[in-house]
Amino acid sequence: MSTQPRLVEVRQNVLKQNDLLARELRGRFQAAGVRVVSLVSSPGAGKTAFLEKMLSLLRPACAVAALVGDLATENDAARLARSGAPVRQITTGTVCHLDAAMVERALEGWNIEELDVLFIENVGNLVCPSSYDLGEELRLVLLSVTEGEDKPLKYPTIFNTADVALITKIDLAKAVEFDLAAARRNIERVRPGMRVFEVSAKTGEGMEECLRFLRAGAHGLQIADAPEAAAGYELRKAD
Amino acid sequence: MHELSIALSMIDMATEEAASRGGIRVSAIHLKLGPLSGVVKEALLFSYEVACEGTPLEGSRLVIEDVPVVVYCPSCEAETSPASIQRFCCSVCDAPTPQVLSGRELEVVALEIQ
Repeated sequence: MSTQPRLVEVRQNVLKQNDLLARELRGRFQAAGVRVVSLVSSPGAGKTAFLEKMLSLLRPACAVAALVGDLATENDAARLARSGAPVRQITTGTVCHLDAAMVERALEGWNIEELDVLFIENVGNLVCPSSYDLGEELRLVLLSVTEGEDKPLKYPTIFNTADVALITKIDLAKAVEFDLAAARRNIERVRPGMRVFEVSAKTGEGMEECLRFLRAGAHGLQIADAPEAAAGYELRKAD
Repeated sequence: MHELSIALSMIDMATEEAASRGGIRVSAIHLKLGPLSGVVKEALLFSYEVACEGTPLEGSRLVIEDVPVVVYCPSCEAETSPASIQRFCCSVCDAPTPQVLSGRELEVVALEIQ
């Protein structure tokens, strides 16, 4: 038996298992025609409030559901369930992020073919979720005006791995002297060309524009031509 | 702090790989790590030591190779490393670019086995 160590080449992504499962989930979502949107942010940036509003705007015209990650409580799931949409809690215990396996388990028993849009709310954390692909089509990163304009520079990785940025609680911007131009500049620096929406779940400001964006494009989801009001939108599947 | 679960995955992977190649003991893991992997090098080194305790990898080394961020510039077609990850732009012509070619690595490239 040789005692001299030998170097063997491996070349394996440490998160290979997660990435493979995420790819499989993405395939399943596409085949089922469901648009999957995940949300990441620091704790308290307004993920749940945004989702509450978005679910009620999308329903009942659109079949929506949500998975909600939380360390310990089921409070967020209870809040979201009030919208009438199917909601499932993923309690992670001490784990600071969701991974693809948690998403797969949480979906057991749901017929995703019946869904148009599935939201996945990640655990409030701007670091760890960036490493884990969940099979989502779009990743939204939320930044609330009370957090300060330089969050994108402090957490460039999460902004760089996300597709769209939402500046939330925009109704409070004046009160907290939030410098919107600086925030947009910082987002642009860490993710050039990133789409940014300014929203307030409380007043509804910017929600319609965001709603249109979420509905457009993917898997033949379309907005009705002349929507009168957000609640009156008709969601149609293109054939 | 998810470095501990990352370290545990690496140990599982290394144990399996070593066994499949007829090795008994892993004395080192060589890892490529990019600044955009979401993993902190110091936290990973610390977690690795803790995670190895009581496994066949106890006492093994984790050798980390830092991989730089490289972006592709659609304007001048250069592939360069931005001065910082707080600003994704071309080092040649300064045009902003979202096209990341490398920097997300979290990859075991080699094992030293006995």
